[in-house]
Amino acid sequence: MTPEESIALNDSLNDYGIEIVESQKGILVQKIKDVIIDMVFNEETNVNVKSSVYLSEKLGHSYGYLSNLFSEITYSSIENFIIIQKIEYSKQLLLNTDLNLTEIAFRLNYSSVAHLSTQFKNTTGITPSAFQRIIFKRRKIAQQKTN
Amino acid sequence: MHTDYIHIILADDDEDDILFFTDAFDELKINTKVNTFKDGEELMNYLNTDKAVMPEVLFLDLNMPKKTGLECLSEIKANDKMSGIAIAIYSTSASEEDIEKTFVLGANIYIKKPADFKNLKKVLSEVVSINWQYHTNSLNKDNFLLRV
Repeated sequence: MTPEESIALNDSLNDYGIEIVESQKGILVQKIKDVIIDMVFNEETNVNVKSSVYLSEKLGHSYGYLSNLFSEITYSSIENFIIIQKIEYSKQLLLNTDLNLTEIAFRLNYSSVAHLSTQFKNTTGITPSAFQRIIFKRRKIAQQKTN
Repeated sequence: MHTDYIHIILADDDEDDILFFTDAFDELKINTKVNTFKDGEELMNYLNTDKAVMPEVLFLDLNMPKKTGLECLSEIKANDKMSGIAIAIYSTSASEEDIEKTFVLGANIYIKKPADFKNLKKVLSEVVSINWQYHTNSLNKDNFLLRV
């Protein structure tokens, strides 16, 4: 496979949420991501300990090692990745369920609705309610176009 | 993964701004490849050619001659081939109305032009890293809204 073909293959697999990992480091980073995504999105995964402890136990490496490796490969930190995933999940719940922000905060184990609200605003630059309003407006316009 | 880069297009009629942007990208940790266009018409002509490479992120200045950023945005979002590009609008305006309007039209990112180079670098770094997250983790791009 030429490098161009390899990039093209990776791009098309990306659409399905699959990514080709080339190195041992890459494989471990993918495992870290998988554990975090499961931790955030799967409510049956009951995590009673701190996420650093959970990751370290689950993957059999010290958190310091995992954390350095993750930053080296992804240009972002584990903490940041967890926050992004949680905000993504709260976006899904805001758009696709009738849950209000207080209920979403409770579901995602935030200590308060204010904490979620602040983290949402810090991560996206907009408030949860503005986010919801914008996406609903977009959907309405898309609907009008198909009618 | 290390050899990957983000392909970026920048459309802006201000030469100084283009220079600032490309310098800022050069100093980022993430590898980027930047193409620049000096107005909306030139940009759209390029994107409409068969050999055009669709960028991961397109930075659009709102006020450009011949074709404005908003016109480009609408055309891009109406075109299946281009609709996957993450659009970053940047403007000197920070009116809530403008911002919401561009988001509703399909922009993913709204950047208020920073006043100095240090802040510009910080903002671009944030935009490119978050976009990188969406790109490499297959997050839902429809839900990608960022204001910096």
